Amino acid sequence: MASIGKAKVKVKKMGDVAEVKAVIKHPMETGLRKNKKTGEKIPAHYIETVEGKYNGKTVFQAEWGAAVSQNPFVSFYIKADAPGELVMTWKDNKGGVFTESAKVK
Amino acid sequence: GAPGLLRAAGKASFDELLKFNNKGKLTLLHFTDCHAQLLPVYFREPDTNIGVGGAAGNAPHITGKDFLKHFGFQPGGVEAYAYTMTDYVKLAQEFGPVGGFAHMTSLVKAIRDQRGADNVLLLDSGDTWQGSYTSMVTKGQDMIDACNLLGVEGMAPHWEFTYGAEQVMANIEKLNYPFLAHNVVDTEWEEPVFKAFEMYEKAGTKIAVIGQAFPYSPIANPRRMFPKWSMGIQEDAVQERVNEAREQGAQVVVLLSHNGMDVDLKLASRVVGLDVILGGHTHDAVPQPTQVKNPEGVTLVCNSGSNTKFLSRMDIEVANGRMTGWNYRLIPVISNLIPADKEMAGLIEKIRAPHLKEINTVVGKTDSLLYRRGNFNGTFDDLICNALNTQMESEVSLSPGFRWGVSLLPGQDITMDAIYTQTAITYPNTYRRQMTGEQIKVILEDVADNLFNPDPYRQQGGDMVRVGGLRYKIALGESIGKRISAMELNGKAVEPNKQYWVSGWASMGEVDGPPVWDVVKKHVQEKKRISIEPGYNLKGIV
Amino acid sequence: AIAAGFVGAPVGAARADEAKSMESIKKYMGGDAITDSPAVKIDAPIIAENGAVVPIKVEVDHPMEAGNYIESIGVFVDNNPTPFAGKYVLSPANGKAYVSARLKIGKTSNVRAIARTNSGKLIGAVKEVKVTIGGCGG
Ligand SMILES: [Mn+2]
Ligand SMILES: [Mn+2]
Repeated sequence: MASIGKAKVKVKKMGDVAEVKAVIKHPMETGLRKNKKTGEKIPAHYIETVEGKYNGKTVFQAEWGAAVSQNPFVSFYIKADAPGELVMTWKDNKGGVFTESAKVK
Repeated sequence: GAPGLLRAAGKASFDELLKFNNKGKLTLLHFTDCHAQLLPVYFREPDTNIGVGGAAGNAPHITGKDFLKHFGFQPGGVEAYAYTMTDYVKLAQEFGPVGGFAHMTSLVKAIRDQRGADNVLLLDSGDTWQGSYTSMVTKGQDMIDACNLLGVEGMAPHWEFTYGAEQVMANIEKLNYPFLAHNVVDTEWEEPVFKAFEMYEKAGTKIAVIGQAFPYSPIANPRRMFPKWSMGIQEDAVQERVNEAREQGAQVVVLLSHNGMDVDLKLASRVVGLDVILGGHTHDAVPQPTQVKNPEGVTLVCNSGSNTKFLSRMDIEVANGRMTGWNYRLIPVISNLIPADKEMAGLIEKIRAPHLKEINTVVGKTDSLLYRRGNFNGTFDDLICNALNTQMESEVSLSPGFRWGVSLLPGQDITMDAIYTQTAITYPNTYRRQMTGEQIKVILEDVADNLFNPDPYRQQGGDMVRVGGLRYKIALGESIGKRISAMELNGKAVEPNKQYWVSGWASMGEVDGPPVWDVVKKHVQEKKRISIEPGYNLKGIV
Repeated sequence: AIAAGFVGAPVGAARADEAKSMESIKKYMGGDAITDSPAVKIDAPIIAENGAVVPIKVEVDHPMEAGNYIESIGVFVDNNPTPFAGKYVLSPANGKAYVSARLKIGKTSNVRAIARTNSGKLIGAVKEVKVTIGGCGG
């Protein structure tokens, strides 16, 4: 997965709240799976936390378990009371930190 | 030679088929699940259609004599022939084949003439582009041309998806009317892929038609063909679309559904504001709508059969911006009673001409009635299962419980055309593999739960997987894992840990055996004459 | 449709791993008693299209205002090797107590959503997701 960490964020205003949708390329390997050909364990490589900051203030935090699918998707709402920027940050168990942002109108 | 128009018995006539107690100004016409049958066919309705969880004894879970009694039809009449399998062969010989696009067209034209074309709305619930050789090789183009000519004004999909996402999108471009499916979202953003509803103006009335695709297409058909589309019943979204349509001024709101009738009946009891559900998928031919109460009113649930065998007509009266009255008839399309529309007949001839050598090939003859429809094996399925076991050298064969596929009367030739009506899909390949007795049981249990789960929202339509070689007992009231028992093969109990050779087709995964029609063709050519007694595989229903 | 029975017997085929799931809930959401609540709505497919990617949406019908809001939502899958699927921290800044993600669900299982209010009350709901072989149709 050469494009690990490549992310997309969408914000859609719906009245006084906005719906945030975000996807990120990531294998989300649990460490429990084996390579079918070699029989070797595939090392764990998964996102542990996700954070959303809206104009510098933390508005969303997630802690993820092994069940989260590959190329994970997450969605939540924010009270979009001022124009600005929503910044998403994903951190994985190998020290990878990935960010992507979207404008809030 | 084909019997003439006068051949049909009793007082059945074209005028009789057109008879209707007109109401209001607006007319909805509906057909569904034509499965690409351009020409008239024989189609025997099921003898077994079991309802579970309170559905027993009500439409669509009544068959045969019970059906006639329930709806007040005489045995031996045109309704008995159209709606049931009672005296099937005798009545089929008397009334002749059913459906066909040229005959359907004449019927639609006659109603448009009578009511005024601007007051009539013709809708199709889908399974339109699949089910024949020509639809398969033209990837649905033949049916697009035929439906455009017929003047269809909106459709909802299911088997359409099996041509693959790209082909579906290209096909939609060629339709003269909208392809409606509010419940399909993309797997990346979970946003709508197709148009949700269309607002029509007919008879001075605003009619919103919401399209509902078959909710379980990605489970019942190979998901790899449309990997980026996700579906589901999406009851809340149906309610949102209804509200949206009403806000936009809809006076009549219709769900053009491919849910299957049991799902529609449950949905109608929970969603408010729907006037009519015009449904398909389960191929139920129900002569009158089921009136379903919900917290704010009543929804009429209709199901219009299959194979162009029926045309639904509903006249609607509108007053003060609301539907206030209706009349309904599910009109049997008895081909011999209806003149063929010349233009449509010409188109059909043109469509079939390049393929006549293949489809007219006669591979054998049947001495017994061949049919598919019913909760358990039909005789056409038995023929396919026997072909698989013989040609693939397997002990057990599995064939999907599709509800399409035409019937052949005793004495008819078995043509490739007929075989394709039973097999023409985009994943026709056969497989042969070893399975343990336990694995075979798991498959039967899984399909049985998709069919007999007491919660309609967990039912996927279709019938029980057809089996060759195997016999079993089924306990309908049990839960998954406990329904199937007493499995036996050649008089011996099936052992859970023993390996058996199993063949089949229409696999969800990719397999590379010969297409099933070749297997059936070879088998019939070797046997020359086919005669099958029904009911071998089912040892009992508890 | 299957929302009842959080405190009582679990619904459907999935009961074996309930205890493991409850352990996990205790660890991530706290040990307080959980009340079955119609306010917690799980939108999950009745039958999964693909067990590797099952979209799950949780919405809690609850105010999201200062002093009265949902502070976190936890999602648990009974029959997965590790039931914990995610915990989402929310606040009045969200305006709506809602979260959606996609989960791996290996076999037919109950999915549980637990919401914790800012006053420490736990409310929850359960829904069964069926994982099937598929095939056939009308
Ligand atoms: Mn269908
Ligand atoms: Mn169909």
